[in-house]
This record gives sequence, structure tokens and C-alpha cells, in this order.
Amino acid sequence: MAWSGTSGTWRRVVGTALIAVVALGMVWAPAARAADPIKIGFGMALTGALAGNGKAALMAMKMWAEDVNKKGGLLGRPVELVYYDDQTKPAAVPGIYTKLLDVDKVNFIVSGYGTNVIAPLMPIAVERKLLVMGLFGMANNEKIKYKNYFQIMPSGPQPALGWSQGFFEVAAMQQPKPQTIALVGADAEYPHNALEGAREHAKHYGFKVVYDGKYPPSTVDYTPIIRAIKATNPDLVYVASYPPDTAGIIQAAQEVGLPAKMFGGGMVGLQFAALQTKLGAKLNGVVNYEFYVPEPTLKFEGINEFLARYQAQAEKAGVDPLGHYIPPFAYAYVQILGQAVEATKSLDQAKVAEYIQTHEFSTIVGKVKFAPNGEWAKSRVLMVQFQNIQGSDVAQFKKAGTRVVLYPQESKSGTLIYPYTKAQK
Amino acid sequence: MRKTVPLWVMLAVVLAAFLLTRLGGNRYIYFAGYFVLQYIVLATAWNVLGGYTGYVNFGTAAFFATGAYTALALILAFKATLPVQILAGGLTAGLLGLGIGYLTLRLRGVFFSIATLALSVVLQTVVSNWAYVGGGRGLSIIRPKAPELFAGHAEYLFVVMVLLAAGSVALAWWIENSWLGRGLAAIRDNEEAAECMGVPTLRLKLFATTASGFLMGVAGTPFPYYVTLVEPGSVFSLDYAVNSLAMPMIGGTTTWVGPVVGAILLGTAQQVATVTISSELNLLIVGIVLVAFVMLAPQGIVGLVQRLFHRRSR
Amino acid sequence: MVSLDLLLNAIVAGILLGGFYAAVSLGISVSFGLLDIVNIAHPAFVILGSYTAYAMNRFFDFDPLLTGLLFTPIFYALGEVVYRLYYMGFERKGEESLRGLVFFFGMLFIIEVALLLAYGVDYRMIEARYVGQSFHIGVVGIAFRLLLPCLVGLMVTVALHLFLSKTFYGRAIKAVSQDSQALRLMGVNPVKIKRIAFALSIATASLAGALLILIGPVEPSIGREYIGRVFAIVVLGGMGSISGTLAAAVILGVVESLTSTFSGPSWAPAVSFGILLVVLAVRPAGLFGR
Repeated sequence: MAWSGTSGTWRRVVGTALIAVVALGMVWAPAARAADPIKIGFGMALTGALAGNGKAALMAMKMWAEDVNKKGGLLGRPVELVYYDDQTKPAAVPGIYTKLLDVDKVNFIVSGYGTNVIAPLMPIAVERKLLVMGLFGMANNEKIKYKNYFQIMPSGPQPALGWSQGFFEVAAMQQPKPQTIALVGADAEYPHNALEGAREHAKHYGFKVVYDGKYPPSTVDYTPIIRAIKATNPDLVYVASYPPDTAGIIQAAQEVGLPAKMFGGGMVGLQFAALQTKLGAKLNGVVNYEFYVPEPTLKFEGINEFLARYQAQAEKAGVDPLGHYIPPFAYAYVQILGQAVEATKSLDQAKVAEYIQTHEFSTIVGKVKFAPNGEWAKSRVLMVQFQNIQGSDVAQFKKAGTRVVLYPQESKSGTLIYPYTKAQK
Repeated sequence: MRKTVPLWVMLAVVLAAFLLTRLGGNRYIYFAGYFVLQYIVLATAWNVLGGYTGYVNFGTAAFFATGAYTALALILAFKATLPVQILAGGLTAGLLGLGIGYLTLRLRGVFFSIATLALSVVLQTVVSNWAYVGGGRGLSIIRPKAPELFAGHAEYLFVVMVLLAAGSVALAWWIENSWLGRGLAAIRDNEEAAECMGVPTLRLKLFATTASGFLMGVAGTPFPYYVTLVEPGSVFSLDYAVNSLAMPMIGGTTTWVGPVVGAILLGTAQQVATVTISSELNLLIVGIVLVAFVMLAPQGIVGLVQRLFHRRSR
Repeated sequence: MVSLDLLLNAIVAGILLGGFYAAVSLGISVSFGLLDIVNIAHPAFVILGSYTAYAMNRFFDFDPLLTGLLFTPIFYALGEVVYRLYYMGFERKGEESLRGLVFFFGMLFIIEVALLLAYGVDYRMIEARYVGQSFHIGVVGIAFRLLLPCLVGLMVTVALHLFLSKTFYGRAIKAVSQDSQALRLMGVNPVKIKRIAFALSIATASLAGALLILIGPVEPSIGREYIGRVFAIVVLGGMGSISGTLAAAVILGVVESLTSTFSGPSWAPAVSFGILLVVLAVRPAGLFGR
């Protein structure tokens, strides 16, 4: 009734309003599509055995997403990380990634932390022809040989060999040349691989293996093992261990007395503040692997700012206060993905993967180029020696001088104190 | 006629599941569903020995892992197909159950339980030293293509698990309603009296242990295909022991319904927690709920529901 | 490669370890051996003791042995509470076995997960002056880290043995396991005696936990490894015999140490369980059992 009365004006008002709404809609809708985020999905160990590193990795990845979004996002769209806790359980992985892909509809997937959670992801990636960035998995691609898999741990195209290369090269350079070596490791995936590589190197460099043993990860007392090793009188002792055994072995070595000339090699755990501060000066002289240390020969673009930001948040978040081991690489593996997406201006899995295969990237952990099997084209596992450690303050590990780089040649920042017993005093 | 009803129900359920997978849709349901169905089998298996007979098995993981590793060994040696793996895995686990039962069932129930705990650890040590199946580090396999009828592995394993779950529940139903079930109940209520009345207690207990072990092994056989990585840490996880114990205790131990109810409730809750709150709080809750139920509602949810009905009928 | 000094060292280390294992097993010896309560959560209480020692060490610089002693009364009270819960929930004999077991299993699980939530999965160690030092007698090296727990373990075992044989309550505890009817006739409440005994068993966990963290780093799930060891020791030693527990603990320690040194450490965990299964099959009463 009101319609017929004020027909002219009323219709005009309604008509304009409608056009306005439609026009706004047309403007607003593409803007809404532009704000449509690019989703990167993954499972991460937030609980379970590897939670310490998983949480640190997640922190680093969130920092990358912040950095990218501050600069306008990827391809003009904001980046969103979609993640679930994989509880360090391989059995949870298929479910999580299927949800990410089919329900959350993520654009890209990256892996969780560790060999065991990357393995169940591989068949899914292969089946759906997806690009996978891997975070610290050892030899996950060896049997499958999937070309769209890229792994950020710098162990090189033959991980088992690249891992201990430095230890053996440095040992072989010493005068007089060492003759014998003892190999020992935990009975698990990583130590098994590492020791295989070590055996190859021993053969290549002409060291005689006088002890070759393994122990269960649940060992309480390491003194019998150290005694057994000591009884064979080796010049070199190469150990592939996980954090709890690392602590036990170093303490047992102190207790029993290990007169070797070089000791260490593949001990996981010495890269983190918890063990560094616990063992303190007992670490002096130990030669071990690292991926990044704050030495002047390893100044990469952006690493110092990253570490400063990370270290500020770390204490509160309950993760490793130094952040030298996983976090820079967790940042780098999504950084590479982002750079590749920007460069190809595409979200197509195959295109982005091809770009990553064929280009070198500049990241906060240096220049990264991948070999055809997905590992780094050239190994960059560092071999460092702990020196000048006094007391158990964590600040000394944030500076240069406590972990001196011996290998590779281009990053060398000091000289080896040889033999091991000399460094102990 | 009554005896064949479960068989028809079982086939109908499997057919329904298969048709569901043909509809396509969200693959995630199949992965999540697999998890819950696997626990239906484990909870039912545990209950045959725990609820029906009164003997607590803490070593579910040992039998589950036996199934998984038998399947793995067959895949490596003969590239065996899934049905063969399932049969072999179940038989091996069943034999294991028979063996452990023979060693310890003549003693008190408590020693059986401790022995099952011991079994888990011993088996894990043995497997960790067996290089053929990967030892302590585990082994990754590349799974062959799923059979033609199925859209993919998720659907295939889902339907297989439905079949196994339906089969195990049918078996439990059959045991419960047969003379075997009555014998087992007699043992549970008072073993000495049962012995005096001429019930062949040792033989019945051995049967229960074997059947329970068989079903647990069967639940473990599709694991290599599901996760493609078989390593001792995850296959021998304490989760299996806790869940396969908590689900029947919470659901109700006297009938076949209890474990199914418990598995669906607890299993779904855990799956949801994994993709939402995802924290260890979820495990703590399982423990607390278990203790609460054991103390306050020993008959489980089924018991509570039954009591409610009795009150109403008065 | 059986050199004499390696052998001697392995045996000595085993004996020292055995003294420590005895301390951990005492609680089960009382609750399972004397009271017939299958407290499989006992190792979890021991780990709880370890974390208490860790926390006191970290925040107040307390020596772990001191913490272990200080907290013994607290753990005793905790034991009383747990026993009351257990008694309230599971009175009748028939039901007891199944549900009682599950109750303690649930407790084990809850304690483990609670510790996981509070402290995470990382291994925790303590700092004490004597950890890392050792002295030598001839070719045999003796680490303080092993010697002290062994000595303390021996002391606690002797103390408990004396308590059970010389004091009124101690004898009452032994009596309640043999004939609670007669006990009642003598005017003593068997439930109260059982409660005291169970509380005592949990109280030992405080000191045992402190010893555990002295020997090596701990994390919440290592309790599970001790379940097998502890029950193997109590069964091998014979139910109800404290001296049997000590003997069995030393035997287990030596066998484990020898296996670890000569066959390779990867078989050590299987040793205790293997022993358990063999004893159960061959002589379930154990060495000194009734």
C-alpha cells in the first residue's frame, strides 16, 4: 500500500539502494578473494618424544609467516599456517594430512619434524603428486626416489656419509695419523645410519675398527660400555647417540677416564642449551657435529635478527633458549617454499617443485641448492670442538669461541686441540 | 536360525561400508574411522579374556605388534596379500596367547597379568634386535596398489577394518551365548567353585587367551599398509594397552556391547582431540575417567543404562 | 674377550646396582609380598620421588638424599590416601583382583601423564658434588654415583627388616598376611595394619626415587622398565621375604651387568623379564618364599 502511494520516489530510493548494494558487492567480493589466505598445512610434534624441537620449529615457522605477511603476503595474499599435533606418532600422520588436504583444503603441505613422521607422509604425497618440504628426516626418499621431495637438513646427497665426513677428515689430518677407532651408538634409526656412514669412512681413511657396538636407549649405566671401549685402546671414538645417552656417555667417560685422541662425532643433544649447561666444562675437547654455530665464519643473511627474535621468545615458550639447531632450518624450509611460490607466481605443485629443483636459494642458513634425490647438493654438516667452556652459564654459548668450527675448510674458525686429553685440563 | 543372525548382520554392515566408500566424499572419515574400528577389535578382544573370564591382559601391544610384524615379514618375504597376512598374523598372535597362557594360567591371575607386561617388553627387545624387519629403527614399505574395487588405500583399509570389527564382535557374541561363555563366566565369578563343579577351567582359559590373542593380532595386521612405517616404538606403544583396557571398562565388560560402546566413545573423542585441542591432556583424561569408572561404575556404561531401565520398569 | 678386570668390574657394578634395585623393590615386597595388593603403580611413585628430588634440587639446591628423607612422611601420607581409595572401591575379594589391578594401572598412567604435562619428555638430571667422582680398588672402579644408592638401599632394607621383625606394628603386618582372623582376635584392626603397611611401601618410594635420579637421568616413562625388574625381583626372592628381595635384587643386578658388558647392552631389558617368566614357570614360590 505504501508502495502505490509514494511510488516514484520510493522506487527510485530502493533502486539506488539495490544498485549500491550490488556495486559494493562487486567491489567487496574480489577484495574478499584477495584476502583469501594461502594455507600451508602440516603436523608438528607438540607433544611426545620430539616435542621440544617440534615446538621450537613451530615458533620459527610462525615467525616466517609473520615476516611474509608484514611484507604483503605471498602473491598478494596472506599466509596462514594450519597445523595439528602429531604427538610424534607415525600412526597419526595419515589422518592428519588427509584432514589437511580434504577438509581444510590447504594449498601446500610441509612435513613434521623427524624421520618417523615423514615416512608415512611420503605415500600420500606420491599418490596425490604433492610437493613436500621435509624437516630433518634421514633417508626418507632413499627407496621411493620421489622427485618432489626436498629436505632441509644439510647432510648432503649421501646423508649417512656427509654426517661424519668432517670428523674423519679432521682426524686424518692429525700427525701422527690415528690408527684405530671405536664405534658405538644407540640401537635406533639415526645412530644406525650414522654408524654405517662412519664404517665406510673408517675403511676409506684406513682406520682399524677395534670396537663396534650398540646399546638399548633405555640403558641406565654407561660405565660398562666405556670400560669395554677403553679396553680396546682406540685412538678415535665415534659416538652416535641421543640426548639421554649423550649425557650418560660423557659422564661415564669422565668417571672411567677415556684416553682417546678424539672423542665425539655424532652425539645429538650437545646442540641444545639443556645439555650444554648441564655438562658445562666436561664438554671441553669433545668434537661433535653442528648445523649452525654463532661463529664469525657463518654470517648468513638474516640469521642474527632471527636468533635475537627467537631467543627473546624462547624462555617463555619453554623451548631451547639458544635456537641454533632446528629453528633456523624450520624457518628456511618454509622460506624456500615461499620464495619459489613468489618466483613462479603459481600454486601449482609441479611448477613450484620444478623451480625448487633447478634453483639456488638464499636463506637464513645460507645458500641452499638441492640434489636430484631431494637432499642438499653439497653436505654442510659442521664439525666443531667445544673449547673454553667455564661453568654452566648459557650466555657463553650464544657467543663465538665456545664451539670452534674445524670443518668444512671454508667455515673454519679455529684449531683443533689434539689429543682430547689435552683439552680436558 | 538364531545362530546365523549375526552372520547376516555382519555381511550387511560390510556391504554398507563398501557402498559408503563408493559414494566418494571426504577421505578423512576413512582414516579416522579406521582408528575407531581398530579399537573395536582390540577392545572386544581384550574383553573376551578380561570381561568374560576375569584375567587382565596388560600386554595388548605384544599381540598387536605380533600381528603387525608377521604381516611385515610376509610382505618382505613373499609380497603376501592382505587376507593372507591377516590370517597369518592372527594365527601367530593366537599361538603366542596359547603359549603365554600355558606358562602362567595355572598360577594366580595376578601372575598372568604381570607376565603379559613382561611379554611386551621382551618381545619389543627381540624385535628391536631383528634386523630383517628393521630392528630398532623400523622399516618403511611401499604398499602395492589397492584392489580394483576400491577408490584408494583409505577406502580399502577402512572396509577391511569394518569386516574385522564386525567379525570380532560376531565372534564375541557367539562366545558369550554359547556354553563357552557360561564356562568363562563361571571362572570369572569364582574359579575354585567352577573347578569343583567340573568346569574344564584350564582349557577354557587357554581358549580365551588364544581367541583374544588371535583377534588382537588380526587388528595389527593392516598396520603396515596403514602407516607404511613399522617401528617398535609406535607398534608397542602403551596407548594400545591402556585403550584396549579402558574401553571395555568404561563401556561395560559383561557383554559384547560394552567394548563397542567404549571404543566408539573413547576412540572418537581421541580422534577429535587430535585435530582440535591436540594435547596430552587427552591422555590424562583417559586415565582419570578409567579410574573413576573402575571405582564408581564397575559395570560400565552398559551397566548404568541397565540400572536405569530396571528403575523405570518398577 | 673375557678379560678379568672387565669381568670384575661388571660384577661389582652389578652388585652395586642390585643394592639400588632392592631399594626400589622394597615397596612391592611389602604391598604385593605381604599384603597381596598388586600395586603396579609403585614404579610411578618412585619416579614421582625422582621428580620431587629434581625440583628441590633445581629450585632450592637441596641434595637429593636430603629431599628423599624429608619427603618420606609426605609419601607416607599419600600412601594412606591411596590405600583408603583402594579399600573403599574394592572390598570384596572376588572383584578385587581384576578391578584392583586396573585401578593401579590407571594410577600408573595418571602419574606418568601428569609428570609429562608438568615436565615434558626431556630427561632430567641433578647436580651433586659426588656425582661423577669415583675411586679405584685395584682394577675395579667404583663410582660414587652407584655406591651411595647401594649403601642407602642396603640401609633401608635392613631398617625395614628390623622393623618387620622387632616392632609390634611390624610383626602385626607380617601377621595380617598370614592370619588376619587371629589378629582381630588379638584386638588389632587388620585394616589399619594394612593401611600402615601400604603407606610404608609408598613411603619407600620417596627415597628410592631420589636414588634413581642420582644414578642417571629420568623421564616420566622409565617407570615402565622398572615394573618388570621390580616384580621379577620380588617373585624371584619369594613373596613376603625382605632378605629374599635383597638377594634377588643383587642377582638381577649382576646378571644384567654381565649381559650388558658381554652380550651387548641391547639384551639387558629382556633379562629381568626372562628371569621372571622362567621363575614363574619353574618355581613360583621363589628362592626364600613360603
